Amino acid sequence: MACNSSGCESGGCYGREKENGCKVVDVKETVRLCVKCKSNEPMTFGDGGSDDGRFCAECFRSNVYGKFRLAVTSHAMITPSDNVLVAFSGGSSSRVALQFVHELQVKALKNYEASRDRSLPVFGVGVAFVDESAAYPSLSGGMSDAIELVRSTVLSLSPPEKDLHVVTIESVFGSESVEARDRLVKLLDSVSDETGKEDLLLHLKMLSLQKVASENGYNRLVVGSCTSRLASHVLTATVKGRGYSLSADIQHVDARWKVPIVLPLRDCVWQEITRLCHLDGLKTVELARHPQSGINDLVSSFVALLQEENPSRECTIVRTAAKLTPFYFNKIPETDDSCVPMATQRRLKKFNLKYDGSMTTEAFCPICNGPLNGSDSSEDESDALYAACCSSCRFQILPQEPSSLDHFGSLLPHHMISQVKHHQKFDSQTYLREKIKDCLLLDDEEAV
Amino acid sequence: MEASEGKSKKQGASRLCCLCNQRRPVLKRPKTLQQICKECFYEVFEEEIHQVIVKNGLFKSGERVAIGASGGKDSTVLAYVLSELNRRHSYGLDLFLLSIDEGITGYRDDSLETVKRNELQYGLPLQILSYKDLYGWTMDDIVKMIGLKNNCTFCGVFRRQALDRGAALLKVDKLVTGHNADDIAETVLLNILRGDIARLSRCTSITTGEDGPIPRCKPFKYTYEKEIVIYPFITESFSCSFSNIYIHTYAYFKKLDYFSTECIYSPNAYRGFAREFIKDLERLRPRAILDIIKSGEDFRIATTTKMPEQGTCERCGYISSQKWCKACVLLDGLNRGLPKMGIGRARGGVNGDHQKETKKPASAARSLESKQCGSLDF
Repeated sequence: MACNSSGCESGGCYGREKENGCKVVDVKETVRLCVKCKSNEPMTFGDGGSDDGRFCAECFRSNVYGKFRLAVTSHAMITPSDNVLVAFSGGSSSRVALQFVHELQVKALKNYEASRDRSLPVFGVGVAFVDESAAYPSLSGGMSDAIELVRSTVLSLSPPEKDLHVVTIESVFGSESVEARDRLVKLLDSVSDETGKEDLLLHLKMLSLQKVASENGYNRLVVGSCTSRLASHVLTATVKGRGYSLSADIQHVDARWKVPIVLPLRDCVWQEITRLCHLDGLKTVELARHPQSGINDLVSSFVALLQEENPSRECTIVRTAAKLTPFYFNKIPETDDSCVPMATQRRLKKFNLKYDGSMTTEAFCPICNGPLNGSDSSEDESDALYAACCSSCRFQILPQEPSSLDHFGSLLPHHMISQVKHHQKFDSQTYLREKIKDCLLLDDEEAV
Repeated sequence: MEASEGKSKKQGASRLCCLCNQRRPVLKRPKTLQQICKECFYEVFEEEIHQVIVKNGLFKSGERVAIGASGGKDSTVLAYVLSELNRRHSYGLDLFLLSIDEGITGYRDDSLETVKRNELQYGLPLQILSYKDLYGWTMDDIVKMIGLKNNCTFCGVFRRQALDRGAALLKVDKLVTGHNADDIAETVLLNILRGDIARLSRCTSITTGEDGPIPRCKPFKYTYEKEIVIYPFITESFSCSFSNIYIHTYAYFKKLDYFSTECIYSPNAYRGFAREFIKDLERLRPRAILDIIKSGEDFRIATTTKMPEQGTCERCGYISSQKWCKACVLLDGLNRGLPKMGIGRARGGVNGDHQKETKKPASAARSLESKQCGSLDF
């Protein structure tokens, strides 16, 4: 799934040169040819990676783009009536995602302008950048340059024009004021576990992206996660006891959220992405993080070590995890189809690419939004927040002393806490009354 | 009880054991980082294992149970603790020691001496089976033939069968092994890394092989390796000079008689990667080991996932999902001078096409990690 056939750039196919599209090595000539098109000279990236010097620039490029396009079409990620927000961090992966989405849009525009009846609209694209300097003060130095680069990149990617939304991470609290900033700092300080802090920030980042998306009318969020990142995620999730919810995070589509997340680069490896950036001169900015000493970092180093030993390890890890059963929300949800072109509707139905939204059987952790395993819940917990969270968040994010839980809850963004109220042990009387109150004639005060 | 005061070399004299609040703590418990005294440590160590046994219904009264005994720390502690609990809680079990001699000079012959001593120390009857008798090959012979790359595959596959054969000889109902939490966590990781979803779904089960020749269980499933190392250190009665030291490094100490050397052929095992990683992980977050096991238990793996079909080996009658069991395939390869047979993907050979006779070792991928390899099986 992740890497197959001749498309695999990172194949650990040491002994298989003979099988994979005969490498034309003419003893007399020293010129090698691209293994795919057999006509152009292969690119050499000289980055010490695998499969260097096998494909020419065009074939390499079309290979990577092909994987992107296949993911998009086979999972109905982007359809003509959609309005897509691309999460752009400035890094290579999201840069490639942005580039490919742009190219897809350009093609759609071309088709639109060329078609007579103009039946298929062109999907809209916006870009979002989250400024995390409130959480990582060391970033603030390079932040304005980074934002400048992002701005100029987005400007260069038109037509079609794209809106850029630059938000700070503290915007999850409803504003970008100093109070919000302080609240963020206080919240992070109350998390004692290093890894818990990093993970909480990731959840907050996703919340801020969701906020941008829903407030600006986007109905898809494109995230540039590649195979390599997912491989690390598989291991970090395993190591944190999140085996149950793992399969929800690594699929092509994640529709748990108000604005469904799609991962069109899921089948591309990091090496391909960096090579592509190099090949096409795509400018990226890597904001230097402060040294991370938690579990996430340990896992990344471990995966890097494994990759050295076997370049196809990342693919194998993701392929294994892909065999886990996904959730019902790992498909684009059924929505009001009135604005979707008939042709698209037919195709989506035919390939069973959507799920029926009424099947909401999972409860989710308010902090990480992970589906909760039945065995995790403890009904008799006195604190609603504690009871509502998954065991991993309970350990690494929530404060250990029960007395601090209330205060911690007050620091969390409203969106997280509002979910907790639903989990509280409800008073069945109140619940029933809610259900029938339209029929009641008596005043609430007098009702039994 | 309370060790003599006035001999404290370290500070922190005001601290008391977290659990009993009476005695002075002598160590930080690896699983929970609690500071506890030695009595509480072995109490909680033994009690947790007892709870695991009871909660998972591992044994029934009157059962004959063989303990896979290598002479190493896990199986020695297992033998000791199990016979203790059997007595203390009246499990009503008939316990035996079963040891496998792989024929590794300088390693196994020494560890076997330990098991023989255990037999006397714990009063448990001992049965030893050797690879030489069962298969006609010792590990020394095998390594001479194939080198140090895939030797663990051979040893693991042969040992599994040998344990089953031994158990049948002893006429036991169940086999217990000393696999600890670290082992199981490593296995979960390895199976993810190698893409083995079928094994991934089975490897966290505390009891396996219930529908096979002999069920085997792992009472140490939630027991940390570090604690198994400390246990013999702690259990023996102390002189007071030990009681005041906070133990942060865990020295091997032969209070309980056990053999503490690594297998001499093991340095190149792939499992080493996972082991190093888990050690680093434990340093950051001790409970991560249990979290890995929890993840393994919680993975959503469809029961309709293609599981190997269970049959029997044509050659020896042992349980097998292929025509020949892995041990027979490997043996055949050894006997025919084709040691790569059975390693890597099957191309031709018995379990592939019968007609294709390979004159050279199969051009399969050499790595240990390919799909059909039965290495490090649990």
